[in-house]
Amino acid sequence: MKLTKLAMLATTAMLAAGAAMADGKVKVGIITTLSGGGAGLGIDARDGFMLALKLSGSDAVEVVIEDDQQKPEIAVQLADKMIQAENVDVLTGIIWSNLAMAVVPSAVAQDKIYLSVNAGPSALAGKGCHPNYFNVAWQNDNLHEAAGAHATKAGYAKTFILAPNYPAGTDALTGFKRFYKGELAGEIYTKLGQTDYAAEIAQIRASGADSVFFFLPGGMGISFMKQYADSGVGLPVVGPAFSFDQGILQAVGAAALGVVNTSQWGKDLDNAANQTFVAAFQQEYGRLPSLYASQGYDTANLLLSAIGKADIADKDAFRAALKEADFASTRGDFKFGTNNHPVQDIYVREVIQEGDIFTNKIIGVALQDHVDAYAAECKM
Amino acid sequence: MTFLLFAEQMLNGLQFGIMLFLMAAGLTLVFGVMGLINLAHGSLYMIGAFAAAAVAGATGSFVLALIASLAAAAAAGALIELTVIRRLYKRDHLDQVLATFALILILSEGTRWVFGSFPLYLDVPGYLSGPVTLPGGIQYPLYRLAIIVAGLVVAVGLFALIARTRIGIQIRAGEADREMIAALGIDISRLYTLIFALGAALAGLAGALVGAIQSVQVGMGESVLILAFVVIVIGGIGSIKGALVGALLVGMTDTMGGVLLPRFFALFLDPTAATAVGASLGSMLIYIMMAVVLIMRPSGLYGSA
Repeated sequence: MKLTKLAMLATTAMLAAGAAMADGKVKVGIITTLSGGGAGLGIDARDGFMLALKLSGSDAVEVVIEDDQQKPEIAVQLADKMIQAENVDVLTGIIWSNLAMAVVPSAVAQDKIYLSVNAGPSALAGKGCHPNYFNVAWQNDNLHEAAGAHATKAGYAKTFILAPNYPAGTDALTGFKRFYKGELAGEIYTKLGQTDYAAEIAQIRASGADSVFFFLPGGMGISFMKQYADSGVGLPVVGPAFSFDQGILQAVGAAALGVVNTSQWGKDLDNAANQTFVAAFQQEYGRLPSLYASQGYDTANLLLSAIGKADIADKDAFRAALKEADFASTRGDFKFGTNNHPVQDIYVREVIQEGDIFTNKIIGVALQDHVDAYAAECKM
Repeated sequence: MTFLLFAEQMLNGLQFGIMLFLMAAGLTLVFGVMGLINLAHGSLYMIGAFAAAAVAGATGSFVLALIASLAAAAAAGALIELTVIRRLYKRDHLDQVLATFALILILSEGTRWVFGSFPLYLDVPGYLSGPVTLPGGIQYPLYRLAIIVAGLVVAVGLFALIARTRIGIQIRAGEADREMIAALGIDISRLYTLIFALGAALAGLAGALVGAIQSVQVGMGESVLILAFVVIVIGGIGSIKGALVGALLVGMTDTMGGVLLPRFFALFLDPTAATAVGASLGSMLIYIMMAVVLIMRPSGLYGSA
């Protein structure tokens, strides 16, 4: 009898403690792309994020995950639901810049913290920057700027450049040209979602170029690389990591071997956090991580570091804790610039084959401690 | 623009047109004979590509992969016809659009369940890879030439099937008067299943052929589907000949427009603006062409009014 009473008391006490803990939890809403052609990116970012939470053993974070289907109007609905019904403290997860532009400005205006795992549109880095908005990945132009710097360093004098005809594509070519000193053999905007590049490849062949730069994320890049390799044009190729990430390299196959691409992360970066991350990711999910996974992982660790220092209820203290970026990044050194965007090294990687697997190896640094071009326009 | 570049672009337009024809042929047959709008035609294209990638991965044989794409898409087509489409013939077009749109979602997520979210690998076989030099010094990928030849063979076969065989007579009769051929003792529901499976197989073949030079991923059929609809509207709904002419027109216009327009605008605009304006207008060109055809001939080039 006494024993039962004791057990009941203990249970009640535990339940109460549990409830108290639940109140103290930081609630995170992840809106990301989990279906459709772009799902690979969102799934990787989510898996990286969840892996970091699991490894930390912390139960301070409660997560709600929703699929935006890569559609801005759905992302907006989900954000409204998470803010009003779920009452989340922090939002994150959006992959695509057009979705980020639809969600982020209103979310941060409602005093929610937004941590970007991927998209870094220039509008949110310059005049539109906000104290509640932290980008853990990069500003959109960064990897292209690094590609331009690398092309100049490699001595290319006549590069042919192409990107899809949409805002991130225009930013990409602008970013490349900002750091490229040679002349252009040609400049083409392709259709967004285009899958056949025969006409563009014919123009590259006829242009007398000495190299090719392209930004064609996801399936577009797979199509381009396979057709380019088959065309026999054979000029050296430079691109940002998006067309050569781990998720799509197996589909491109040998056509990508030797291609040089720029990234803020690589699986062979030599630091303890990265080694832990790569091994744990492989063990948990049975595949190699991509840069999107590393960004998700870093985002979660940044959040955990801030939770350890400040209470989410005290927004000023929490923002200050986030800004310190006191966490072990998979990229090694990581710090935020004045506009809450990363100041980081951007590496040059080469596509290699390890056994049956195609992957990237870091071969150099393109830009050191790189600050994005819009930081000066940010007043906060 | 040099002759070499021009000739290569003409070949590109031809190859793109042939590929569109494979898609449009099935779509126009199904619409012409059964009066059905099938939005899920692009999903059959995707199924063909995934079946080919899976078989090529397991056996290493590209020929087996093509056979698998035909078989898998035809089987999926027959199954869909028997379970879903059959109930839609008597409904209006809005119900058909709704139901086949649901099929797109089901087939896409089903494919993701089976194959995962990441694109699959399917490559051009060794004996068809690399460029060849054509008379006149044009360098052109052998595989694209093979697509052109394969497409032309299918086109000839399809014309022969429709013009010369008993099935072909039944298909033509079905287009002309559905009730009457049923009254003549032809098993109309079997004929419908057959036509649907045939159209599906052609879409699957297109998916496999194109999958080798593009990316095999969920949702790959949707952009092609829109173009295939443009083709059958231009060619005239129900006409195989119209599908062929429409496909070649769309293929040529899209390719040459995308190449020539930026050059045209470069004559009087600065280069960056010229590429941007040219690219935008180039991607609109086939829709402008469709509008013009619809104004001149509301039932399409070869459509029966």
